[in-house]
Amino acid sequence: MKARAFDYRRVTSVAEALDAYAACMGEARYLAGGQSLLPALNLRLDAPDLLIDIGRIDALRGISIEGDFLRIGALTRHAETLSSGLIAAHAPMLNEAAAFMAHPAIRNLGTMGGSLALADPASELPACMRALGASIEITGPAGTRNVAADDYFRDLFETVIAPGELLSAVRVPLGRPGTRMRFDEIARRRGDYAMVGLAAHLALAGDLVETARLAFCAVGPTPTRAPAAEAALAGRPLGLESIAAAKAALAADLAPDADDTLSAAARMHLARVLLGRVLSALGDGPQQAEAA
Amino acid sequence: MSAVTDSPSRTRYIGQGLPRPGAKRLLAGRGRYTDDVVLPRMLHAAFLRSPYAHARLGSIETADAAAMPGVHAVLTGADFVGICAPWTGTLTHFKGMRSAPQMPLPADKVVWAGQPVVMVIAESRAEAEDALELVGIDFEELEPVVDLDAASAPDAPRIDADAADNVLFRTRIEAGDTARAFEGTWSVAVDLRFGRHTAVTMEPRSLVADYDPAEERLTVHQSTQTPYQFQDIYARHFGLSEARVRVIAPDVGGSFGMKLHLYHEDMAVVGASLLLKRPVKFTADRMEAFASDIHARDHRVRARLAFEGDGRMRAIEVDDVTGVGPFSAYPRTSAVEGNQVVRLIGAPYRLDDYRADLTVLVQNKVQMSQYRAVGHPIACAVTERLVDLAARELDLDPFEIRRRNYVTDDMYPHKTPSGYTFEKLSLAACLDRLHDVMNYPALRAEQAALREKGIHRGIGIATYVEITNPTPAFYGVGGAHISAQDGCVLKLTPSGDVACAISITEQGQGSEAIVGQIVAEGVGLDRDRVRVLTGDTETTPSGGATWACRGAGIGGETALQAARKLKERILEIAAAILQAETGSLDIRDGAVTDADGSPRVTLTEVANLAYYRSDLLPPGVSPALTVAHHFAPRGYPFAFTNGIHGSLVEVDTETGLVRILKHWVVEDCGRVINPLLVDEQIRGGVVQGLGAAFFEECRYGETGQLLNGSMTDYLVPMACEMPDIVIRHVETPTKDTELGAKGCGEAGTAASSGAALNAVNDALQPLGATVSQLPMTPERILRALGVV
Amino acid sequence: MIAPQPVSLTVNGSRVRRFVEPRLSLADFLRQELGLTAVHLGCEVGACGACIVNLNGQPVHACLMLAVQADGMRVDTLEGLSDSGSVAALQEAFHTRNALQCGFCTPGILVVALDFLKGCSPGGTAPSREAIRDALSGNYCRCTGYEAIVDAVEGVAKAACATQEAA
Repeated sequence: MKARAFDYRRVTSVAEALDAYAACMGEARYLAGGQSLLPALNLRLDAPDLLIDIGRIDALRGISIEGDFLRIGALTRHAETLSSGLIAAHAPMLNEAAAFMAHPAIRNLGTMGGSLALADPASELPACMRALGASIEITGPAGTRNVAADDYFRDLFETVIAPGELLSAVRVPLGRPGTRMRFDEIARRRGDYAMVGLAAHLALAGDLVETARLAFCAVGPTPTRAPAAEAALAGRPLGLESIAAAKAALAADLAPDADDTLSAAARMHLARVLLGRVLSALGDGPQQAEAA
Repeated sequence: MSAVTDSPSRTRYIGQGLPRPGAKRLLAGRGRYTDDVVLPRMLHAAFLRSPYAHARLGSIETADAAAMPGVHAVLTGADFVGICAPWTGTLTHFKGMRSAPQMPLPADKVVWAGQPVVMVIAESRAEAEDALELVGIDFEELEPVVDLDAASAPDAPRIDADAADNVLFRTRIEAGDTARAFEGTWSVAVDLRFGRHTAVTMEPRSLVADYDPAEERLTVHQSTQTPYQFQDIYARHFGLSEARVRVIAPDVGGSFGMKLHLYHEDMAVVGASLLLKRPVKFTADRMEAFASDIHARDHRVRARLAFEGDGRMRAIEVDDVTGVGPFSAYPRTSAVEGNQVVRLIGAPYRLDDYRADLTVLVQNKVQMSQYRAVGHPIACAVTERLVDLAARELDLDPFEIRRRNYVTDDMYPHKTPSGYTFEKLSLAACLDRLHDVMNYPALRAEQAALREKGIHRGIGIATYVEITNPTPAFYGVGGAHISAQDGCVLKLTPSGDVACAISITEQGQGSEAIVGQIVAEGVGLDRDRVRVLTGDTETTPSGGATWACRGAGIGGETALQAARKLKERILEIAAAILQAETGSLDIRDGAVTDADGSPRVTLTEVANLAYYRSDLLPPGVSPALTVAHHFAPRGYPFAFTNGIHGSLVEVDTETGLVRILKHWVVEDCGRVINPLLVDEQIRGGVVQGLGAAFFEECRYGETGQLLNGSMTDYLVPMACEMPDIVIRHVETPTKDTELGAKGCGEAGTAASSGAALNAVNDALQPLGATVSQLPMTPERILRALGVV
Repeated sequence: MIAPQPVSLTVNGSRVRRFVEPRLSLADFLRQELGLTAVHLGCEVGACGACIVNLNGQPVHACLMLAVQADGMRVDTLEGLSDSGSVAALQEAFHTRNALQCGFCTPGILVVALDFLKGCSPGGTAPSREAIRDALSGNYCRCTGYEAIVDAVEGVAKAACATQEAA
């Protein structure tokens, strides 16, 4: 299990990265943390001609507040996401999600940008982005654009990033008082891809849920919003009744596929169970779950 | 830390929980595994594997691959014809068994997805893989035989065209009259399915074959349990003199039975080294491991149990069907697991009437053969499930129904209806001990209280009887070249240390450590002064090596008797020096002593004199300080062990996930040589069994493709999901040997899945649900609950 | 043909310079070029943990990194950690508790455990067994059943968290 031969170039700026991509006559890939790309290369599932190592571009690092947004650089390691105080203050579901991501050694190299660019529907961060209403910052030869997470994921492992563009950061809107959020998932073993995962973001006005953003992982080709369940929560107090209504509504939102270990019905059932548990926790524990 | 209790019958070394001397090297990163072996001019092999489960081979285009940089050869089936004699995995004592002859690479058709078809030999593994991409093969797809029912259908495609059907072996065991026993009495039945699983050793299979034409000498460095067996195979099948074939097993990164079977790649690598006259290395990557390491289990067992209203068991009927891959493994066959299933079912219980049918089918899947606890987990789960169901029918406690039906202490030696003879077991003692150590009544009370709160805990127990210390009755009588004896050579070195070369092998279980303890005890010197060498056919005596729980029982006895012989030699020389009677002398703490223990002369002094001043010995006294001893058990065909497991689980009835809260084992492996190591064998074995219970399963698609052949998809137990495991020992030494030890390596695996199955069903029982398939996945539990 | 590229890195405290194919993984580089065979390949996809080494002081899978990527970085393998004595307490505890059998997973487990123990300081709270199991959740061991490993790490962690007077 050895990778096919490829060339390698390390760059130190985004401009240099884009130039290297443009200059490559064959297939090029950006290499960040490499925790998904390297397995694919080792298995010869992917065999580019050139790897452009963007891992040392300083401009892609850092977590900061910029106006109304929390900006998280593409090269932010999962280990940083797990422990970042700024993230804990403004988007704590990301800390929670990072704890579910594989294992410590993977989290030391794997990056925010890498995970979102790969867009594995079973992984945690893509769902979080949709639940948070984040936008994805994409830099290409024509400049930088921001795409709402809801518009970013197109299909299985497919995003709006065009060849040559690279994901440079994500922007998470800062929470306002009354925001509650949580990430949780159901997996067979610690660190495994989830059978189903849920990123939930509620904006409360007093006792009433003003808006709900629910994004599931592992239930379809992309991270999946649940508009019917969201609607079932909106305008009502978060409680047994509204949670039951949201669970009932979920059938209209999700149509998960079966795989060889889990039937579609079982996955649907688990999504409903998880929704109930996450919403109950958000109802029970506003102190822990409420963003600053 | 959990306390390790020393064995009650401990002596200075035997029975002591001492750490392994060899472990320090591994802890410093100084292990030397086969892939670490680098030889001058060594080449690397990679294989193109069949993407189809069943296909006819057309033309193979290799020219482009051969022209790639670094490539030395591209070999196909035809290249091995004439240099390698085919092998056939049958044993004559399995009457009527048949299997297709095998060659390193196929000539006309492929029979499983993952079968090696073309071999590239290059300067590096990466270059070999580059070249594989340019090999073209015309496959003509044939209909694959995948599931058990399809394999036995009358119109099923045949995997072996020369055979009348897909049945590889069939047998029936019959004792008494089961039909009559089932008349007019209570009965329960099960239909249990056991998933296919595989060993997943951390170190994949690996070998380096190095043929030297100048001396016509073949040296093979190989990650295996059984170097002597491979020495025999390579010599016979490649027409080499056995004395010129050397097999070295360096550090072995896990084996569990998987690394004692012959693989096509092994023969291809040896053949390639013969053809190229250079060292050739092959190390399976993890994808190859899943697609070619033996698989195991994969049984469907239908069974029923007749019993009286007082809970007394009357009879068992069994129908076991298993699919073992496209042919029978070599040299131990693929029929042993099924054979052990049908012979071990019901074993702990008093039964006169027993009938079992075994059908072993071929399928277009990876070959199946012996893996840790061969057959035991299946026999145990079937039996113990039946017993629990009977208990439920009669509202008896699981402990009580077992107590009423065990073979009792006054019945030994006891012969089972399936033909096994037990010298002595400790079934009731283990049951009582487990009851105590689990604090069973308190667990039941807690379970009841938690049920009120909607928490569903389950408690399960499972008794096992385990086959250890096999005699030639296992393989030799069937014609296999597999030794049932072991050999040990001991040498008192000139400085008075002991060098020990023995034919049992080390894969981390501590074979070398226990042999060191036994030899130190037997001779009478400090354990640090005993150096144990294993795993090299050239420097150790031939023997059976380590499998089927024979290392401690047979190898240990061999070492003990060799130590006795060396002691005798030392005393004879010492007696001559001291002008004393040998009978009045002893050896303690490295010195020859008087009977009362007062030291007379050190072993260093005796050895010095024997080697350097043999002129001082009387003429009739030999200066020899090397002894050899060989031993094979001659009493019972097998030394049976026994024990019982307890399992406590909590089922999340919403998600189908099971949390394993705790596991207990009370085991009796006879005399315990090193309780620290026995406990670790048990724990590791329990966890492999829990893997079978909850996680591990080789899943196949309709076309015979392995769907989860990777570490991310084939789930093995990890640290977070496994419980702490409590272990207690009962000791019933075998009287067939002086040492009295039996095996313990399979006891953990034998019953942990059965105990877990009973525990989960105990948790589900108030909900009216039953699980009858391993592994017990969330999907299966949710289905049992009727949730989906 | 793709040209080899120069790499220069510090491995176990020594400066190392080589020309390597870009596709060469850090794991294969350490094993094949430097003979550091404590780095074990168990899966080459970052699942088993047997190849874990410290990269700039943090555990990473050497199979999921290219040698050229590690240019200018510091790599420590079990050989180096063993020579420096930094893993001695764990080695001793693993030996006493027999927290290994075949030893193939052991180097990766020791590197991960050593990193985990950074969280222990005198007077601190010793980690729970669950926390230890969680830290080791990415390391396969097929022999021991994990309990002895957890015991050994727990013992070292408790000693490290003991106050100096108590120690």
